[in-house]
Amino acid sequence: MPDQLLFGMEVFLNGLMAGVLYALVALGFVLIYKASGVFNYAQGVMALFAALTLVGIMEGQVPFAHLINATLGTEIHHFGWHLPGIVAILLTMGVMVLLAWAVNHFVMRHLVNQEPIILFMATIGLAYFMEGFGDLMWGSDIKKLDVGLPQGMSTVIDEVTYGWFGYGFFIDNLDIVATVIAALLVVALTIFSQYSKQGRALRAVADDHQAALSVGISLKFIWVLVWSIAGFVALVAGIMWGTKSGVQFSLSLIALKALPVLMLGGFTSIPGAIVGGLIIGVGEKLFEFIVGPMVGGATENWFAYVLALLFLVFRPQGLFGEKIIERV
Amino acid sequence: MNQISDEGYITADGRKIGAVMMEMKNITLRFGGVKAITDISFDIRQGEIRAIIGPNGAGKSSMLNVISGFYIPQEGEVWFHGKKRAPMRPFQVAQQGIARTFQNIALFEGMSVLDNVMTGRLTHMKSGMLSQAIWKGKAEREEVANREVVEKVIDFLEIQAIRKTPVARLPYGLKKRVELARALAAEPKLLLLDEPMAGMNVEEKEDMSRFILDVNDEFGTTIALIEHDMGVVMDLSDRVVVMDYGKKIGDGTPDEVRNNQNVIDAYLGVAHD
Repeated sequence: MPDQLLFGMEVFLNGLMAGVLYALVALGFVLIYKASGVFNYAQGVMALFAALTLVGIMEGQVPFAHLINATLGTEIHHFGWHLPGIVAILLTMGVMVLLAWAVNHFVMRHLVNQEPIILFMATIGLAYFMEGFGDLMWGSDIKKLDVGLPQGMSTVIDEVTYGWFGYGFFIDNLDIVATVIAALLVVALTIFSQYSKQGRALRAVADDHQAALSVGISLKFIWVLVWSIAGFVALVAGIMWGTKSGVQFSLSLIALKALPVLMLGGFTSIPGAIVGGLIIGVGEKLFEFIVGPMVGGATENWFAYVLALLFLVFRPQGLFGEKIIERV
Repeated sequence: MNQISDEGYITADGRKIGAVMMEMKNITLRFGGVKAITDISFDIRQGEIRAIIGPNGAGKSSMLNVISGFYIPQEGEVWFHGKKRAPMRPFQVAQQGIARTFQNIALFEGMSVLDNVMTGRLTHMKSGMLSQAIWKGKAEREEVANREVVEKVIDFLEIQAIRKTPVARLPYGLKKRVELARALAAEPKLLLLDEPMAGMNVEEKEDMSRFILDVNDEFGTTIALIEHDMGVVMDLSDRVVVMDYGKKIGDGTPDEVRNNQNVIDAYLGVAHD
C-alpha cells in the first residue's frame, strides 16, 4: 500500500479519536437542551471546573488558598494528602451535584417560563462566573492531571498494524480509553432515559412541563438531575481533555468547538452529538492533511465552523435533529 | 334524589354515593385586581360525577386549577379526605391521587401512546434510581405490574390499535382519549376533566360520555368535570355546580339546577333595567 494512503488512514483514525472528545462535550449540551430547552453555554466551563476540582481534591490543594492567605496573612497551600483517583472522582461528582443544585436554586428557578434567549444569556453569565470562581478557588496555573489512565502510544496497535502494512500506526492509549468510555456513557444514558423511572420523567419534562406536573413529576428534581448528569458528562470530558493537554483555562474554549458539532448533529440528538463529533474530528484532520499544505496549513482553526455554516444554510436542523416545521 | 346525609345518598339511577371526599371552603382567587373566583364553597362526594358548569369566563377552569394545585387561592381552604390541604405544587397534588386532563390537551407529543399512558404510572413507581440499577429483578417486576394496569386502561378505552403510534400523529378526538387514559393509569381517587368534550363531534361526544360513565361504574372513580355543553352535563352528572362571573349561582341535581331562575338568567341572558 502506498505510504501516503497509510498515513491518511492513520490521520483518519486519529481524527476519530479527537472527535470522541468533541462529542463528549457536545453530549453535555444536548442533555440539558433536551430536558429544559436551555442552551447551556457554560458546559465547557463546567468541564474545566470539574477538572480543576478533581486535580485540587487529588493533590490536597486548599481551596481559595490565595484569598485566605491574603486576608489572614497565612501561608497554607496544601492539606498534605494525595488521594487516589477514584476517590477524588467520586468527591468531584459530589461537587458537581452541589453545583447543579446551586445553578437551579439561584439562577434557573427564577427564570422559569422566560424566553430561551434570556436563559441562554443566564448561562453565559454562569460561564464567566464559574471561570472566575474556579480561578479563585484553585488558582490559574496549568495543572497536570493523572488519574491513572493509560497514556502514550499503543504498542499493540503499532505492532499489529506494522505486521499488516509494514507501517505502525501511532494511536494514543488515552484516545482508545476515551472512545471506550464515551461509548459506555452513551449506552448508559440511552438505557437510563428509555427504561428507568427518572428517565421517563425526564423525557416527559422535556416534552411538556404542564403535563409532566399533572402526572406527579417534580420539575425541580428533574432539572437538578439533568444538570447533575451534564456535570457528570463534563467531568468525564474534563478528565479526558485534562489528561491529554493539562488542566488549563483554554479548556473552556473547547466548548466553542462543540457548537459546530451540535449544528451538524442536531441539538436534540444524543447519537447526533456523537456522529457530529466524529465527523468534525475526522474532517478537520483529513482536511488539514489533504488541503492544508496547499493553503499554508492551520485549517483546523476554521474548518469546523465553515462546515457548520454550510449545514446552517442547507440543513438547519442538523443530521439527526427534529425537523423544524412552522404551522400556520 | 334522596336527602343527602353525611354518609351519602342514592342517585336517581340507584348508585350509592359516599361521604365527602373533597371540600372547597370559601375559595377566592385573584389575578392582580381581577377576581376569578369569589367565595365559592362546594363538595365532591365519593363515587359521584360532579360537574362544574357556567358560561365562558365564569371561572370554571380556574376552579379546576385550584383543585389540582396549578393555582393557589388567596383565601379559602381545600379539604381532601377530611384533612385540610396545605398549599402544594401540582406534582404533589398528583401524588395524592388526583389526576387531571387539560382543556387544550397536554400530552407528551414526542412519545408513543403507550409511553404517554405509562407516565401516568410514575406516581406508583417506588424503586429509586440506585435500586433500579442494582436490583434489576425488583424494578422489572414493578414495570410488569405497571404495564398490566396500563394495558387494562388501553383496552378499556379502546385504543389498542394506536398504542405504538406517536401522539403527535393522532387526530384531536383520539388525543383527548389518550389523555384520559394517562389520567386513568394513575388509578386516581379523584379524576378532574377539563372540558373533556370540547371541540368534538356528536359521535365523539357520545363515545366520551360512555367512557366517563363506564370509568365511574367500573372503577368507582370519583369524577369532577367541567363542561360547556348543557345537554351532556345534565345526562352525565349526579350533582352540578353552576358558576357565573366567578360566583356560585346554583348547586344541586341536574333537575334542580335546570329549574333554578339564576341559572336560566345566566345562560339565556336577562334584561337589566
